[in-house]
Amino acid sequence: MIEKTLKGKPAYWIWLAFLGMFMAVGVACYARQYLFGLGLTGMSRDVSWGLYISQFTFLVGVAAGGVMLVLPYYVHNYKVFGKITILGEFLAIAAIVMCLLFIMADLGQPLRALNVVLHPTPSSMLFYDMIVLNGYLFLNILCGWVILTAERKQVHPPKWIYFFVYLSIPFAVSIHTVTAMLYCGLPGRHFWLSAIIAPRFLASAFAAGPALIIIACLILKRVANFDAGKEAMNKLVTIIMYAALLNTFFVLLEVFVGYYSNIPGHKHSIQYLFFGLEHHGHMYNNLVPFMWTSAVLNFGALGLFAWPYARKKNEFLLGLSCVMIFIALWIDKGLGFVFAGFVPNPLDEITEYIPTANELGITLGIWATGFLVVTLLYKIAVGVEHEIEQ
Amino acid sequence: MDKQRRKFLKIAGVTALAGIGAPALIRLTSSTALASEHGAAESHAAEAVHGAPVPAAPPGVRLGMVIDMRKFSEQPEMLDNAIAACNDAHNIPQFDNRKSEIKWIWKAPFENVFPTESSYHLAKNVEKADFAVLCNHCDDPPCVRACPTQATFKVKANGIVAMDYHRCIGCRFCMAACPYGARSFNWQDPRPYIKKYNKDFPSRMRGVVEKCNFCGERLALGQEPACVEACKGTGAMVFGDLNDAQSEIRQVLDKEFTIQRNAELGTKPSVFYIV
Repeated sequence: MIEKTLKGKPAYWIWLAFLGMFMAVGVACYARQYLFGLGLTGMSRDVSWGLYISQFTFLVGVAAGGVMLVLPYYVHNYKVFGKITILGEFLAIAAIVMCLLFIMADLGQPLRALNVVLHPTPSSMLFYDMIVLNGYLFLNILCGWVILTAERKQVHPPKWIYFFVYLSIPFAVSIHTVTAMLYCGLPGRHFWLSAIIAPRFLASAFAAGPALIIIACLILKRVANFDAGKEAMNKLVTIIMYAALLNTFFVLLEVFVGYYSNIPGHKHSIQYLFFGLEHHGHMYNNLVPFMWTSAVLNFGALGLFAWPYARKKNEFLLGLSCVMIFIALWIDKGLGFVFAGFVPNPLDEITEYIPTANELGITLGIWATGFLVVTLLYKIAVGVEHEIEQ
Repeated sequence: MDKQRRKFLKIAGVTALAGIGAPALIRLTSSTALASEHGAAESHAAEAVHGAPVPAAPPGVRLGMVIDMRKFSEQPEMLDNAIAACNDAHNIPQFDNRKSEIKWIWKAPFENVFPTESSYHLAKNVEKADFAVLCNHCDDPPCVRACPTQATFKVKANGIVAMDYHRCIGCRFCMAACPYGARSFNWQDPRPYIKKYNKDFPSRMRGVVEKCNFCGERLALGQEPACVEACKGTGAMVFGDLNDAQSEIRQVLDKEFTIQRNAELGTKPSVFYIV
């Protein structure tokens, strides 16, 4: 099936070249970082995780979001998702590839990465994260490939594959739960020390993942003559709406706990995110414009989703609201959540984090790699689909 | 290689603590090997008599430190000397930007060292004082729990939270986990920034985390930690076995009211402050 990636219209090749350009920039930037050290990033002693780990955290969610297609289709036998379930599985593969690349980019000694396997440490949440992420990657490659191959041959998939399909469902939940546990089990980081982090992560994941799939479907409809079907899209919008509402609810609960309890540790990071923190006469408010953008996009998208004309009749508005919710959740989890956890630091001091150009180059390079992987995989999936139709 | 190294560290620690070829440390832990068990038993008995809900002392040696701020306010330059002694002993690079800083022991005001204590109408002498900040060598260290490779670990023989710089992958999970901000990361090659190179202690490479090691390497030679030695004779820093009822540090702790940083987090820090 891989041969399907080798034939395409000029636009396909231009798109790949465009992504390849960013990937090349990423490689060059990474070479610089590899030779000098992580000092080329904006991270510091106080904000010791930056864009790499925050992107990782967000993308684990995108990967987990694929289960919102797998679960209805395989468990509830919801046939409408038959055509697009493969898109969810393939998106998960690309997202996990990005996650692993971001982790590697973040390591101070990347050549020692295998120490996590050579000296397994069950007390560390990273140990479990390694297991579930790689497990989920493997499951999605296996299930996606076997089922697509069967579809191509127009036979039923082998029975044994369903064991792995069902297994991938708890794995999807576990990747994001364990990723939340990286944060929510740390004493002294009050912003992260909250039992609602894992549910909040899952809720935002189940909105961000399907939103990206709708965007992909709208693009595929135009460029690849692939129609996911109206009913499938409508159902996805419903899923996104519920998940985004739940996420909003969870965030507001955090705001309530912080402000009503008035406990500084619970309040400071939220204050820093939305209003800025004043400290020794200096106002620290780097993230404020981003967070309000996120809030406006979030509620704006929810409003658009609630409007039947926008979600059912107007594909432009549907795509726009999906882009809006995706960006809103990316800011919320892919920027604010990780950075604000380090403000203030354990000694009640404030250091702000601003990524460097080199760091942005690597980040864009990894995103481009992810888009490349998803393009190639979708090319295969759509190619097989067209083959069957003929 | 790593295993052997660790084994050596452990053995070295035990030998030092047993007082073999360690004259200077005999004062600190002279009867450690025998007395710690004896002492622990004694304190259990005492608890039983008073019925106080004190958690049982863990067995073995648990090294700790008392920092007496009264002594430091009398001689403020002493803390600078202690910090300089540590920097020299451990090849700590000096960067002029806050972003890349490497710190093992440093100075900070009360409100920063004890953010959960009230700083409202703080006594003037405390408000102005510079407190010594270092790794707390917790009895239940969150950094050790978080480390995915056991590159940071608790030395069983003496409770020191140590680092294996050759195993650390530089994921910085320990930095996020430490509620004391005690850990530093080598964002770049530190070697060009080491002012005076001490060939008796390894310098680090870029991309690994480091922190105070309670001078495990000096203890192995029967010496006191560098910072403690710099304050010798003043009692500003008292170092010893928290499980040994006869040790100097226990005498101080039995007599003085001390506080610990973020004790509410349950990490059981081994550094105590007399304010």
